[in-house]
Amino acid sequence: MKILVAVKRVIDYNVQIRVKEDGSGVVTDNVKMSTNPPDDNAIEEAVKIKESGKASEVVAVSVGEEKAQETVRKALAVGADRGILVKADGIIEPLAVSKILQKVVEKEKPDLVFMGKQAIDDDCNQTGQMLAALLNWPQATFASKIEVKDKSLEVTREIDEGLETIEVNVPAIVTCDLRLNEPRYASLPNIMKAKKKPIEQITASDLGVDTKPRIEQIKVEEPPKRKAGIKVASVEELVQKLKNEAKVI
Amino acid sequence: MSRETMEYDVVIVGGGPSGLSTAIKLKQLNSNLNVCLLEKASEIGAHILSGNVFETRALDELIPDWKNLNSPIKTKVTKEKFLFLGKTKSISWPTWLLPAVQQNHKNYIISLANLCRWLGEQAEALGVEIFPGFPASEILYNNDGSIKGVATQDMGIDREGNKKDSFEPGIELLGKVTVFAEGCRGHLGKQLIKKFELDKDKDPQQYGIGFKEIWEIDEKNHEEGLVMHTAGWPLDNNTYGGSFIYHAGNKQVFLGYVIGLDYKNPHLSPFDEFQRFKTHPAIKKIIEGGKRISYGARALIEGGFQSLPRMYMPGALLIGCDAGTLNMPKIKGSHTAMKSGIIAAETINEHIKDNKKLSVFEEKLKNSWLYKELYEARNVKPSFSWGLILGIIFTGIDQILFRGRMPFTLKHKHADHETLKLANEMPKIEYPKPDNVITFDKTSSVYLTGTNHADNQPVHLQLKDPNLPINYTLEKFDEPAQRYCPAGVYEVLREDNVNKFVINSQNCIHCKTCDIKEPSQNINWVTPEGGGGPKYGNM
Repeated sequence: MKILVAVKRVIDYNVQIRVKEDGSGVVTDNVKMSTNPPDDNAIEEAVKIKESGKASEVVAVSVGEEKAQETVRKALAVGADRGILVKADGIIEPLAVSKILQKVVEKEKPDLVFMGKQAIDDDCNQTGQMLAALLNWPQATFASKIEVKDKSLEVTREIDEGLETIEVNVPAIVTCDLRLNEPRYASLPNIMKAKKKPIEQITASDLGVDTKPRIEQIKVEEPPKRKAGIKVASVEELVQKLKNEAKVI
Repeated sequence: MSRETMEYDVVIVGGGPSGLSTAIKLKQLNSNLNVCLLEKASEIGAHILSGNVFETRALDELIPDWKNLNSPIKTKVTKEKFLFLGKTKSISWPTWLLPAVQQNHKNYIISLANLCRWLGEQAEALGVEIFPGFPASEILYNNDGSIKGVATQDMGIDREGNKKDSFEPGIELLGKVTVFAEGCRGHLGKQLIKKFELDKDKDPQQYGIGFKEIWEIDEKNHEEGLVMHTAGWPLDNNTYGGSFIYHAGNKQVFLGYVIGLDYKNPHLSPFDEFQRFKTHPAIKKIIEGGKRISYGARALIEGGFQSLPRMYMPGALLIGCDAGTLNMPKIKGSHTAMKSGIIAAETINEHIKDNKKLSVFEEKLKNSWLYKELYEARNVKPSFSWGLILGIIFTGIDQILFRGRMPFTLKHKHADHETLKLANEMPKIEYPKPDNVITFDKTSSVYLTGTNHADNQPVHLQLKDPNLPINYTLEKFDEPAQRYCPAGVYEVLREDNVNKFVINSQNCIHCKTCDIKEPSQNINWVTPEGGGGPKYGNM
């Protein structure tokens, strides 16, 4: 079994995001970038499945600018066998990413495609689902547990009501939740080894995918500042304020 | 437990200006050398904080062509001001009356973090292997007592010291020479100074704590290239310190404050002094209407020549501010740190090629401009132990008339942890509440640093005696850790009429002030799990 894992380069989750003064986007110059956190879980799960002998190869793929190579390299350092970087500049919307991944899947012919449930930068939560539609494959989203069976997967999903367990036939798309596993650290020797693993570089246009955005972004702005809270003296006062000032009851 | 080992010609600990300069110079001298560099931050630059007005002298020597290599050194200093602040008034000091060391017209306003990122790229292009996110946590010795390398921190240990599922043991990195370049108060450097008595016959090291904020300000208040310093208010005559306000590109100002850690009043809060400083009319008018976008703090070296330890030992060199090469009257340490890194590389190259001893470093240092600079600067800082006014008068005579060549050397008498007076003997200080426009509290400030430490890891701020903060330090000094820590790590909480000392280690921004100032030297700063700590952008 071969597993393709999609990873995205995003602003590190610890960085305080700053909106550009002209509202055209957020500041990314000299900002620490990292792998999208649930994509780390996706890689970890794929590597674990390989280590258990149920997969033969793990291929990491990223779509983005030249520097996204670092994200692929990180995946190689924690156990992926080889990498693919599809170079594309500017904003690449989920639909374009899905189309690119579709082409990569047609070329690589994996049995499973793993990725994070959503990216922490645009929060779209669309790529896995769109890819499933484009490939006409079954999908298991928000996975918090994956069991590999003979020709199917048993996947536990994190849903509003609790946990849902479903079975999907292979080939399938799985999008991963943070609860799926605890990603391992990249050790120094493995980082060294990863430097020697191959990364194939192609461009979106090589794959014949038009990445032009379909959505026009008008403005990016910071959420309004939260006003300071007030203390009330009694329950009566609270009810009164909720009724008359907040008008919520 | 056996750890994997990796062998190199040279292992460098720390990716700041000194360590990166060593790495680059080594590869320039001999491209066949295997050089690796460890950095505890998640990426090069993320733990770097500095003013910074940059003198290019060392960089001119290291990479003469830097102007054509897209370096982040762009904003030339165009104008200088020096203000003495009273509580509401200010007096401008004519810059022609400033000592030559404080004149900046050939220098540049830069972000040292970005310079380090750029130096990191240069080093990698030369073949240096850079490993960010890997703190060196342990020194490794040969049987003969010489240094054989360092070990990186184990990863995946829980708070109680047990191995988690994700446990990943540290690696031993062995080098013919190990270079320690951790910056001010490096936690391995501290051990080396003690073990090899590198500070024998030297004065105790002196430190300061430096704060920095980056503000985006109104265009009409911005004057790109303007460098301004202040002395005086809000500090009293007996506390050493001052501010900097540098107008960088993109309508940004780098605004900061440095306070000598030899301050005496345990009620003093360096953070609050800095915040209060911004409310002075002469300062407030610059940043009013602007927005604070970054905050950080870091301890720095102030001891200079008298406190500079021996920088070589068997198998290793100690460079930059891990030793203490900052030039205090110049308020600059980047060019001197880089120069010490260059000298280290030259020494190591001769050591590996011609089997010369590492003690050659000392000779090379003594013949360099770095040594001359530190020698001429040596009497300025100690003269301020007589107070601001006498310090300024003496410095004027020493630096302008004698150019640092007076026939005597003043001493630093005390280490910074010895200078606090008892809390009940010193006046309490009332600090104004933050207005969240010009002044802020520690919580919202720390938030801007992006600092984080993975949950459930051992506390990296170790107490030698866990009962001392409450049983002794609280009573005698009103536990000053609550105030000198710029990140709100230390708190004394009262629960059920019992005082409890709390260490919020996840807030730590790796400034090392606690390790320096704790009156009983009870706090030991050790490296947390790799990649932890602040995520400074262009600091």
